[in-house]
Amino acid sequence: MNLIADRLQKKFGAITAVADVSFTAEPGKILGLLGPNGAGKSTTISMLAGLTTPDSGRVRIDGAILGTGADPTKRKLGLVTQEIALLEELPARMNLEFFGGLYGLSGPALGARIAAVLELTSLSDRARDPPSTFSGGMRRRLNIACALLHEPQILLLDEPTVGVDPQSRNAIFETIEALAGQGRTVVYTTHYMEEVERLCDRIVIVDHGRVLADDTLEALLASAPVGNKLTLKYDGAPDSAALAEIRTLPGVVQVNLVGTEMSVSANDLGTAAPRVLERLAARGFSCQELTSRRANLEDVFLGLTGRTLRDT
Amino acid sequence: MSATFTAFRALVRKDIALFLRDRRALVISVLTPILVAAFFGSLFAPVSGGNSIARMKVGVADLDQSALTKAVLESLTQDASLDVQVLPEDQAKELVRSGKLRAAIVFPNGFEPAATGALLGIGQMPDVKLLYDPSQSMIRPMVAGLLSQHVMQRLSRPNFIGNSKPIPFNVDSIAVTAGPRYNSYSHSFAGMSIQFILLMGIDAGIALLLMRQEGMWRRLRAAPLSRAVLLGSRVTGTTLIAMAILAVVYLVARLIFNVRIEGSVLGFALVAAAFALLAATTGLMIASIGGSVGATRAVATLLVLILVMLGGAWVPSFLFPEWLQHLTEFVPTRWAVDGLDNTTWRGLPLEYGLKPAAILVGWSALFALIAVWRFNWEDD
Repeated sequence: MNLIADRLQKKFGAITAVADVSFTAEPGKILGLLGPNGAGKSTTISMLAGLTTPDSGRVRIDGAILGTGADPTKRKLGLVTQEIALLEELPARMNLEFFGGLYGLSGPALGARIAAVLELTSLSDRARDPPSTFSGGMRRRLNIACALLHEPQILLLDEPTVGVDPQSRNAIFETIEALAGQGRTVVYTTHYMEEVERLCDRIVIVDHGRVLADDTLEALLASAPVGNKLTLKYDGAPDSAALAEIRTLPGVVQVNLVGTEMSVSANDLGTAAPRVLERLAARGFSCQELTSRRANLEDVFLGLTGRTLRDT
Repeated sequence: MSATFTAFRALVRKDIALFLRDRRALVISVLTPILVAAFFGSLFAPVSGGNSIARMKVGVADLDQSALTKAVLESLTQDASLDVQVLPEDQAKELVRSGKLRAAIVFPNGFEPAATGALLGIGQMPDVKLLYDPSQSMIRPMVAGLLSQHVMQRLSRPNFIGNSKPIPFNVDSIAVTAGPRYNSYSHSFAGMSIQFILLMGIDAGIALLLMRQEGMWRRLRAAPLSRAVLLGSRVTGTTLIAMAILAVVYLVARLIFNVRIEGSVLGFALVAAAFALLAATTGLMIASIGGSVGATRAVATLLVLILVMLGGAWVPSFLFPEWLQHLTEFVPTRWAVDGLDNTTWRGLPLEYGLKPAAILVGWSALFALIAVWRFNWEDD
């Protein structure tokens, strides 16, 4: 089932939360909505979930335009909110009964669905316990389970791993991958690039309410201004003359110095790295630590905005 | 069963389950009105459990020591509404000043001849001092009236002024209530139930604000549910909880304090249900116009206390000045208190419950309309 965001715009007073957002999420695929805090991701999710009416543009689900309120199209959507929205003092099972009831489920059908989502999220043995006794990861998983009871074909996850330990995060990723594997359309928002790199088939990068890029991970990385990054640590910071020389070396694209740590961006690491080390050694600077990595989404975002995701 | 009804039922059940789950809050919400009502009820309870009003402590200083003053003193002592102590004038004055006596009567020297002469049109009228506590101004006319009655009864007897006629009537006091006797707890239970259930309604409204803060409201709105279902279920859940609290409080009032529904049971039930609806819609209105939780709670509590005070829950509205009595007809809680009083200790028939119930439903409808109008649906 396709989910199409078509030129969505939303203002709150004088503030433009979403200026122009369009993309298409497809069945069986995980679409990542990546951007810094305040980029407009949650407002976009609100419009995709039928919680907020766009000022202009529309959301289409298999051709039907999504409305707010009691629009039956919303039955096709499952929303996992950024906040853990659970009835903390009621047992997990009662939480699931409540959320199932909101979608008209009752009786044996509801019981079967509760068993299925508890199994999927590995919470079957804690069904009688209230979420207030759960770990952060378990509460997140129950939060997801509540959104799956009515078997939505489209799943909207708004930063579902906030405050979760690495083990629980992996469990959540596996659940999401399993859901996409069942043919569901998944939209996943986050400001962690590692999460979209791990999970998403397609990535939409947003900033200031606009889509900056919309492509696969491979295509986005190919579009990065540099292919590799070399990081060198010295006892003493290299002087300005050394930096100027490094910048002129063949293959070197960019050089930055923060304290005693120098980062060198280069398209051809094999050519640039030996020359950088040799010239700095010749100037008497002894390298204490050397690391290199391929370009990532951070570099893509930096290339698109001039800022890092973490800066914003 | 339709999906909408299933959702509505799930929302109502959720509110009730959350209320029942918090045992401490549950006990407090039932126990508090009972304890406070019991305290206020005991303040105004008839002495010895009978129909008589509390005896006023009154001092008498008899400087005349005449046959007439002795006879009046005997008569005052026998009055069921007075607790008479014979004292020297200075001591009587001191006891009134310290609040241990409500009032003191001082018969001057030469009272008898002056009084009999004045009655026959001879000489000056004697001055009887009536010392009273100004903080209890209602006492002065009561004691003055009783004194006049007893002096005139004694003076009119033949041994003082010959063949004059006695006072041509006797006062026979009859408490007019429905039941065998007035129960002061009836009014206090009505008033305190209304106060604390209204506060519970405000808490339900505050809970809605918290739901918005904590993301639950977004989750509810993600479901295909209309505004009518979301707000209607909230009102229904709170109304049912309020009715349940009222039922438990009045059950305890009946079993322990002998508070009876002396009038129409249906009228009582209608007033109770209408007031429960009012408490729920008041909370919803507060949630719709409120800002932060802290500020809303403070303003709402003030509003409830004013409504309760003007409604006559603390002090019966018939004690208000006349202008205030008219003004409070525009206060919904006044109708709730009156409706419960009418159907309990006043023992009045159904129509005396119907009118307050109808007015309460009208106010509830107004509050619900304001809530729907002002409710911020999108901005979480």
